[in-house]
Amino acid sequence: MFMKKKVFILLVVVLTIMSVALVGCKGGGALTIPVGVNAELTGDIPSVGASCKNAALLAVKEVNDAGGLDIGGKKYTIKLFIEDNGGKADQAAAVTQKLITQDNVVAVIGPNASRYAIPAAAVAESSKVLMISPWSTNPKLTIDPNTGQPAKYVFRACFTDSFQGQVVAKFAMEKLGAKKAAVLYDVASEYNKGIADVFKNTFEKLGGQVVAFETYTTGDKDFSAQLTKIKQANPDVIFLPNYYNEVPLQIQQAHRLGITATFIGSDSWGAEDLIKLGGKDVEGYFFSTHYARDIPAPATQKFISAYTAAYGSVPDDVAALTYDSFGLLFEALKTANKIDRQAVRDALATLSRYEGVTGTLQFKEGSGDPIKSAVILQIKDGKFVYYATANP
Amino acid sequence: MYIIQQIINILQLGSIYALIALGYTMVYGVLRFINFAHGDLFMVGAFVAFIVATYLKLSFIPTLLISMVVVSMLGVTIERLAYKPLRQAPRVSAVITALGVGIFLENFVLLFYPYPQNVPILLPKIIWNTGGVTISFLQVLIIGLSLLLMLILDLIVRRTMVGMAMRAISWNKIVVPLMGVPLDMIISITFALGTGLGAVAGVMYSQAFPVIDPYLGILIGWQAFICAVVGGIGNIRGAMLGGYILAAVQIIVVSFLPSTYRDFIAFTLLLIMLIFRPYGIFGKPETEKV
Repeated sequence: MFMKKKVFILLVVVLTIMSVALVGCKGGGALTIPVGVNAELTGDIPSVGASCKNAALLAVKEVNDAGGLDIGGKKYTIKLFIEDNGGKADQAAAVTQKLITQDNVVAVIGPNASRYAIPAAAVAESSKVLMISPWSTNPKLTIDPNTGQPAKYVFRACFTDSFQGQVVAKFAMEKLGAKKAAVLYDVASEYNKGIADVFKNTFEKLGGQVVAFETYTTGDKDFSAQLTKIKQANPDVIFLPNYYNEVPLQIQQAHRLGITATFIGSDSWGAEDLIKLGGKDVEGYFFSTHYARDIPAPATQKFISAYTAAYGSVPDDVAALTYDSFGLLFEALKTANKIDRQAVRDALATLSRYEGVTGTLQFKEGSGDPIKSAVILQIKDGKFVYYATANP
Repeated sequence: MYIIQQIINILQLGSIYALIALGYTMVYGVLRFINFAHGDLFMVGAFVAFIVATYLKLSFIPTLLISMVVVSMLGVTIERLAYKPLRQAPRVSAVITALGVGIFLENFVLLFYPYPQNVPILLPKIIWNTGGVTISFLQVLIIGLSLLLMLILDLIVRRTMVGMAMRAISWNKIVVPLMGVPLDMIISITFALGTGLGAVAGVMYSQAFPVIDPYLGILIGWQAFICAVVGGIGNIRGAMLGGYILAAVQIIVVSFLPSTYRDFIAFTLLLIMLIFRPYGIFGKPETEKV
């Protein structure tokens, strides 16, 4: 009896391996390029994974329908391997490992959230395989944890947290004509603090004056002391790189104190709740983000209509950035002109300029962080409306 | 002008602290027990105001009254169900029960409102601007109403029969009921008054800072508790003074130093003060009766 059970298990294992091998053979006829997607399809942020998957399928379908990519005189179609990382850090790393060693992909797109992308990036870096995260903004993503130097194989399609500080500072000075700025930020949150510091440096470098640089701690509701101080300094603009649930309180209290300066913010403002919580008080102000549904650029509009036709919903920023990640990968494959992991990575790193749906993009020398334009949105009649594209 | 503006800020914040601190101090004064669920009752007060104003669309005064009544009843019910059975138990058991009640209230509200909610503004948006100092109707109301309620409370405790009964029970819980003072009723009244004031603070708070969430009561509850301790827990005038002292220290630190140092300096000062006066400003040293 015991032997029989063992034989049975062995048989199952052998059959499974054979069937997997057979499935693998089926696609062997045409020339294909294997590309991996590591997405948060289940877990705490399944909507992010779903957008990523949808955009990946759309990007690949468009290329394959056009006959594939022309590499070294031959047409190759893209073969997608979509894997679920379950919203878990360890699984994210395991999925990237699997895609690299088992599916033999040329590159991995994803994960999206920094907390899953960072462990997966360590695997990609040590395996020397290109990884592009569409949505991870944490600066640590593109740093090799072993050496502390910039990672060679890890790239992202979005800007970093701190980069926004730069864009917003420039926007405030050039488009809003601000000479004096004030900042109020949450000192207990890395995101807020990083952006605030960069904003201050950039604004001062551009010849502006930061007249007040005030902090608070997560959970505070009373900002009257800081705002009174800011009011006395009389700034032209007030930068609030804080989360959408705190910003309405800060602006309301400022208005109650009679502050008339223009408020500006970062992508943490970009939730519909900001308008619900802030109402009339947040009307007319500006913030930077990755992408807007009403960017007038033709590439963006084409993507939005294709995505809406395919899935019946408007693409969010994860979808747009995933689509751009694929665009970057295709561009790198074409430039490399061969299917080789190292060659593709080198081609991407030296890509001169890429025109994506979220704006123009180019990687900094020796870094996986792009220099790219950000979108400035304005809150108008209770909606987020495209205002300008800000270049760094 | 700058200084006057900051003084107004101190009075506004301090009034809210004081109203909540009174709840802690009254219960402690009568029962020698710290009701750690008080901060969460304050949060419930803010949410009742939100519900009444959003769904029933009532104006400010009915909203305030409904919130006070609901929260007072809740406070009395909690005392009857959770604290009364533990009146003879070790004090630690009661304190842990209070913490548990607080966590229950947070999660109960979380069940219905997991996201931050926007409270409709019920008060006219009047702002006076005189010589660079701006003061809003809301600030005047918060400061005025708080001072009025504290005055009324002080009168109740010092000049009425109920107040006398409270002070008597505070002095001795065994002998006083034998003199015909209804112990349970007086304790219920104490809870009703304390939590009712917490509800007023909650409603005012929801008007001053109209984004509310179920965890709102934790931090402000702790701060108000510290106010009560600084003033001398159990002493009503001490709680009021403690509220204004904490607000003053916090706002003065922010106005002259980087705001990062606010809580660090504020609480260091309070700790130093407690080293010299461990029983608070108005507190009296207590001798353990054998």
